[in-house]
Order: sequence, then structure tokens, then C-alpha cells
Amino acid sequence: MAIPLCMFLILGLLGMKMSHKLAGILGTAGMGVTLVLAYFTAFTYFFSGSPDFVSSEGQRLQYIVFNVDWLQFYDNLVIRLGFLLDPISALLLVVITTISFMVHLYSNGYMRDHHGVYEHGFQRFYAFLSLFSFSMLGLVVATNIFQMYIFWELVGASSYLLIGFYYVKPSAVSASKKAFIVTRFADLGFLIGILILSFYTGTFNFTDFTSAPVADGVYGVSLDTAQGIKNLIAGSEAPIFMGASVLTWALVLIFMGGMGKSAMLPLHIWLPDAMEGPTPVSALIHAATMVVAGVYLVARLFPLYLMEHSAMVIITVVGAVTAFYAAMVACTQIDIKRVLAFSTISQIAFMMVSLGVADPNFHEGLGYMASMFHLFTHAMFKALLFLGAGALIHAIGSNDYTEMHGLRKYMPITHVTFLIGCLAIAGIIPFSGFFSKDEILSACFGNSWIAYLWMSMVAALTAFYMFRLYFLIFWWKEHPVRQGHHTPHDQPWTMTLPLVILAAIATVAGLIPFGNFVSWNGEPYDLFGHFDWSIAAVSLLVAVVAILVAAKMYMKENPLPAKMKNAMPTLWDWCHHRFYWDELYMFITHKIIFNGICRPIAWFDRHIIDGTMDGFAYVTNKASYAIRGLQSGSIQMYVWIYLIGALALGAITAVCIL
Amino acid sequence: METTMIYYLIPTLIMFCCGVYGFLTRKNMIAMLISLELMLNAVDINFVVFNRYLFPGQMEGMFFTLFAIAIAAAETALAIAIIINVFRAAKNIDVTDLKKMKF
Amino acid sequence: MESVGSIIMYWIIALSIVVFSVLTVTTRKILRSATYLLFTLFATAALYFKLDYEFLGAVQIAVYAGGIVVLFVFSILLTSHPGHNSERLVSRRRVLGLVASVATLVIAGYALVSRCGMLCTKLPQMSNPDMKTIGTTLMGSGDGQYLLPFEAVSVLLLACIIGGVVVARKR
Repeated sequence: MAIPLCMFLILGLLGMKMSHKLAGILGTAGMGVTLVLAYFTAFTYFFSGSPDFVSSEGQRLQYIVFNVDWLQFYDNLVIRLGFLLDPISALLLVVITTISFMVHLYSNGYMRDHHGVYEHGFQRFYAFLSLFSFSMLGLVVATNIFQMYIFWELVGASSYLLIGFYYVKPSAVSASKKAFIVTRFADLGFLIGILILSFYTGTFNFTDFTSAPVADGVYGVSLDTAQGIKNLIAGSEAPIFMGASVLTWALVLIFMGGMGKSAMLPLHIWLPDAMEGPTPVSALIHAATMVVAGVYLVARLFPLYLMEHSAMVIITVVGAVTAFYAAMVACTQIDIKRVLAFSTISQIAFMMVSLGVADPNFHEGLGYMASMFHLFTHAMFKALLFLGAGALIHAIGSNDYTEMHGLRKYMPITHVTFLIGCLAIAGIIPFSGFFSKDEILSACFGNSWIAYLWMSMVAALTAFYMFRLYFLIFWWKEHPVRQGHHTPHDQPWTMTLPLVILAAIATVAGLIPFGNFVSWNGEPYDLFGHFDWSIAAVSLLVAVVAILVAAKMYMKENPLPAKMKNAMPTLWDWCHHRFYWDELYMFITHKIIFNGICRPIAWFDRHIIDGTMDGFAYVTNKASYAIRGLQSGSIQMYVWIYLIGALALGAITAVCIL
Repeated sequence: METTMIYYLIPTLIMFCCGVYGFLTRKNMIAMLISLELMLNAVDINFVVFNRYLFPGQMEGMFFTLFAIAIAAAETALAIAIIINVFRAAKNIDVTDLKKMKF
Repeated sequence: MESVGSIIMYWIIALSIVVFSVLTVTTRKILRSATYLLFTLFATAALYFKLDYEFLGAVQIAVYAGGIVVLFVFSILLTSHPGHNSERLVSRRRVLGLVASVATLVIAGYALVSRCGMLCTKLPQMSNPDMKTIGTTLMGSGDGQYLLPFEAVSVLLLACIIGGVVVARKR
């Protein structure tokens, strides 16, 4: 974990002096070493069977590798930095290092033009990538919620830096600011949630939160703390605020932080704009790793969420609405990266819903496991899709896929890998998305019929818009080869290799017996034993139908999509403009906040505060002008004045005393 | 005739007043510096004279003079370095003519 | 009662101090002014000798007359234009300076004269401070000894050397 940090420091401090190639190789090599170490850690954790990791009943335990006091305010308030290993953090370690390594490798090719000339700021790019990887790893292995918060902010900051990587482009700058401000706003909620939670429990540690509801005294939780948490849960002594218990408030506020990072509905607006960053960054941060931090956060505190039903309901509803909304919008976007961005939002919402409906009484918390599983598979196939999109953009030089038709002949490798990604996200057997999505649907089914139907519909939409994208890019009509424009072609090996590897993972990852590794309470769970084939068949059918519809509409050039568009103009318009969320925000910020609050403040600042300061300056200035004759710079004048004073004093003394 | 203290103090007083006069009337910076040395010297003599007459056998006044001479040497060296620098920049060392840096 | 030679010696010294000081500030040629300053300093050194401070007199000649005046002469030659070594004084300026100095003379002289009783002490007997005493006093760190100021002055001189070099060197 320290390796990316070192790389960041090395590249950040010395990057300007290095050649571009060396910076790229160094960054990639550092990430490669981290990758090997992370794999080693995860394998040790899952397969060594050491009593540190697995209890005698086969339950996987949380294991704290180290935990150092970092900041001690007083006896009870200590902020520690540590390394917590449990199934989900090991899983995330693997995901992050894999994707990050792929992206590092891929960027070697992507951040050059067709003549092999490196882009400006190439070393800076690698430095930021390393910083991001470091922060993300720090986030997942955090032992306490405060450490998580620190790395959470670091992740946000590096995301800001990477979105604004093309800082000469105004749109990139405003997108990075938007991302930063929106997530900051959400983080405020997160911070308040943390403070409430730790105020009432007196601890920051995850192990205390997660174990206390289960048993006393485990992992050395002090009895006071355990009692505090129990009281909080029981609600007997916990204060009530505005009709909800403190625990609910804390959990909802913490979830708000997760909403910001994971781009859930009211706070989603930054993610599509974040696509202004370089595409590998979008793949790494805004598809695979950072945006799932919100899901990870909820999963981390899952035992607490379990105790509070209303918070779970909120998560479910927010997730479900977001999933549907994002899927609808994705159907109408024409910017390839925005489609993927909305698809990301939708898929993350899937994970949230899955966490929200998870119930230990139904299939032993299937939802939790499904969510983590989907997180894993989604990271793989979405990174694959983004990197494929990056390859296309790199080849065409535009994000707009109306300029991309019929590329299948020119870029065969990209075509195949992209197709695999689309199949995976649409949930076609045997690609990985099928298994994870199916489990989510089963979990929804266990919760309620409405959730199940709703999510199935979203899944159908997912399949539809992904294949709309796929067909529009690779089929539709022959690629218009323009004069004086080079023909698109496949990429150098640094770009194709990650695509192929990720495609392979996306193909087979679903067959991993995931339940053996990750489940909500650490006990192994036999996934295939609980596999509900009827639900699977239904979802498969839905996906196939959606794909066929997409194929019918977009396989060949035809007027059908335009007819559809004309048939439902309002709906199309709303979707295309993302349901006017941006405009709503603009309205709120510009019209209400700026006019109502900021204007008077600005007026006060300009006229009262500045006026006071200006007044001081004015008076000083005038006074100086008035007396500047005294400061003539003529030393003899000074001596004169001094002498007169001295003589006067001498005369007075002589007269008075002598 | 007895040479009492006053016999020494009066000439040094005249010397000091000459220094004051020179410092106030001269325009050349080096000439001003010379006047300054004159004043300093007068004060030095006063220290020595008071030491000699009032506290014979002690050496405070003498040492004060000694240090004053050392510091005067340092001050003169630095002042002359500055004056030469000014001369190089302005081709002139008359204090009344140096107005370039004035407000 | 002092010897006649001593009294004659005193008068020579006193007169040369007064005359040369006045000449230093009234002459219109700056190089002459420096020369008169040299004579004034010599007279001061003689005065130190007469007051039995041989060491101080030697220092006065070596540092002031030998060092500083030479420095003055050099800088005068460096900075003055040939043929332009006389400066014309504005009469108003001269009168003002005269008034100031005379006023100083009067006030300080009045203070001196009014304390005549104390100032009329006779020259007490004193043995010359020998070099050994001066050396131990200068270098000792005990009570009434001057190691610390000595070191401070040495640092000051060093700073002065560096500062002089930096300020005066060609850029």
C-alpha cells in the first residue's frame, strides 16, 4: 500500500525531470508490485486457513494486521491508522490493484497520440494515478471510520485532480469543481454522521461497530462501548431527534456520504461531467473503484444498518429510483462515455438496492453477498467497457458515437472485448454479470415483488441501452472514412492487453464460488446450492428480449429510432436532458442561493468590510501624503531636527538643574 | 599653570562643534563622513579625559574608546563602500543631488 | 605644578586640535579636508600620549591615521572629478550651520563652565597601564574584563568586510 504513495512522491517530485517513458514504466511497475502483494495477501487470507483468519466453525474473521495511534487527543479519543483484513477488504484489494494495474498499463498507450508523442503532463498523470491508488487502498483497509474518512477525502481530492487533468479545457475545470463540491457536500453529511455515531458510542473502530451487536467482549471491545452501541440500537436511552432515533440519523447521514461518492440520485450530477477526465481515469475512478466506495461504506457498517430498518428502506428506495432513472437517461445519450457513466450509476444503484434488501433471514443475507459480488464483476466489466471506449475515442478522436458507426471491421479486438463487456453487463449466461445480477434479483425477490419487478425492468433497460451503444458503434452503417483522416485501427499492445485480460476475467468471474469468500457474517455460503433457476431464466429471457429489441432497432441503419423518438417526444426530451437535474441544480444554486444568500453577503463584504478596509487605506494614504514632507530622505534635515531637539533638551536641563 | 580637565574639554567641544557644522553644511558625502569622524573623535577624547582625571587606574573609558575606534573603522569602511557604489550608479555623491529614489 | 615643557606641549596640542578641526570643515577642497583631519587625529593621538595612554595613542595612529584616512583619500580620489574639487556653499546654509554649531558650543560650554568645580580636578598620579594588563583585560572573561565586547566587535568587523565586498563589487 505504501508503494503507490512512494510512486506518487517520486513521480510528483521528480516527474518533471524524468523522461515520459521512465515515468510510465516506473508507475506501472510500482502498481505491478502492489498487485502481486495484494494478491498474495488475499490468497493468504482466503486460503491459508490460519486461525487468525478463519474460526474453527469455518467463519471468516476480521483480522487487524496493525493499528497504530496516529493522533491522540485525549485518553478516549484516539485516531488510529491501521490495516484491517476481512473478506470485503481483501476483495476490494484485489479489485483495486487489478484495475489500477490495467489502467496504468493502458495509459502508457492511451496518453500518446498516434505518432507516439506523449501528452503534456504525462508524469503528472501517473503521479495522480498513484496517489489515487494509494488513497483507495488506504480506504478499503481502514480499521476505523475516521481513517476511512481521511482516505475518503484523499480519494475525492485525487479524483478532482484527475478530472481536471486537462486543466486548459474550461469544461474539464468546471467538471472537476462540480465533482469536488458535490462530493464535499455529501461528505459533510458523512462527517456529521461519524461524529454522531462516535459521540454516542465512544469509538471509531469498525470491529467495535460490527461485533458489538453480535456478542459482548469480542475483539476486546470495552463493555462501555458495547453498552453504548446496544443502547443506541435498543433506542431505550438514545435521544430522539426530529422523530427519528440518533442511530437512524447517523446512519442516514453516513449513507449520504456514500450517496455522494457513489453518485446516487440527488447527488449524482457530478459523475457524468466527470467524464471530462482522461478515459483511463474514468475507468479506474469513476467506474470501478472510487464510486463503489459508497457501497463499500454501507457494507462495512452493514451490521449496524441491519439494526435500523428505516435506514435500509431509504437505501433501497434511493438505489431503486437511481437505478431506473440512470437507465432511462442512458438510453438517450449520444456521448459514449456518458452512456457508460449513467450505466455505472445504474449498476451502483443495483448494489445499493441489493444491500438495502439484504436480510439475514432470507438465504443468509444473500443481498449483501450479491452486492459484493456485483461490485467485483461490475468493476471488471465496466473497466473493460471504459477502456474499450477509450480505445474507440483514441482511434476516432471524439466521444460522440454518431461518428463511430461500423467499426467492427477496423478494430476487431476492441469489438470482441467490448461485446464481451456488453454481454456481461446485460447478464447473459455464462458471463460474470449474469451471476451477480441474478443474485441481486433473487435478493429483491426475497424482499418484495415490487422490488423484484422494478429491478428486472432496470435490468432489461440495461441490456437495451448497452446493446444500443454496441450496435451503434460497431454496426448501424459502414464507417464513413473521411478524406485526409486515418482509418481507425486497433491499438498498441499496452492498450489491447488490458482489454483482453479484463475480457477474460469478465467472462469467467461469474463462476467463482463467491459465497465461499464473502458473506455478511463471514460464514461460507453455498451459492449454487441456493441458485434459483426460475428467476435466472426470467432475467435471462428479459435480457435476451431487450437485446433483440436493440438489435432490431440499431443493427442496420433504419428510421425506427427516429420514429420512436417522435412518438414520445416529451419522454425522450426529459431523458436526453437527464430529467433536467442539472438545470434544477443551476436554478437552485444560481437563482435561490446566489441571489438570496450570496448576493447580500457579497454586498456586505464589498461595501461594509471592504469599505472599512478601504477607509483605513484611504485615511492612511491621505495622512501619508500630508506628512511625507517630513520623510524627505535628506539626512541633513534629520540631523537638523535631531540637533534642535537635543539642544532644546540640553538647554532645558542646563537651565533647570544647574 | 595647572592643566585641569576643562583645558581638555574645551578644545574637544570646539572640535565637536566643527563636526556639527561640517555635517550640516557639506554636500559631498565624503566630507560629511569626515565631519562625522571629527565628532566621534571628540567624544573619544572626552571618554579618555574623564577616565584619566576622575578614575585613574581604571580602564573603562580607555576601553570604550578602543572599541569606538574599532567600530568607527568598520562603519567608515562600509560607508565608503556604499558611497563608491552610489557614485558608480549616479556619477555623483552630492546628497542634495541624489533624488532618484525619492518619493 | 607641571613642567613648562608639558604645558607647552599641551598648548601645541590644543591649538592644533582647534585649528585643524576648523580647517577641516571650512576648506573647500575635499582632499585638503582629509589632510587636516589627519592632522587633527595626530593631535588627538598626541593628547592620548600626554595623558599616559600610550597604547590608545598607538591604536589611534595605526587605525585612524593609518587606516581610515587612507581610505578617505582613496575614495576621494576615486569619486571626485578632476578640476571639480571645490564645492560652493549656499550662504543661507552656511549661516544655519554656523548658528547650530555655535548654539551647541554655547549650551555645552555653559554646562561645562557651570560645573567648573568638579572639572577643575588636578591631574592625579597614574602609572601607565602596561601591555600585560591591557591584554588580560581585553581577553579576560571575568569581572571588568572585555572578552565579550571584543568578540562582538570582531564579528562586526567580519560582517563589515563581507558587507563592504558585497556592496562595492562590480556587478
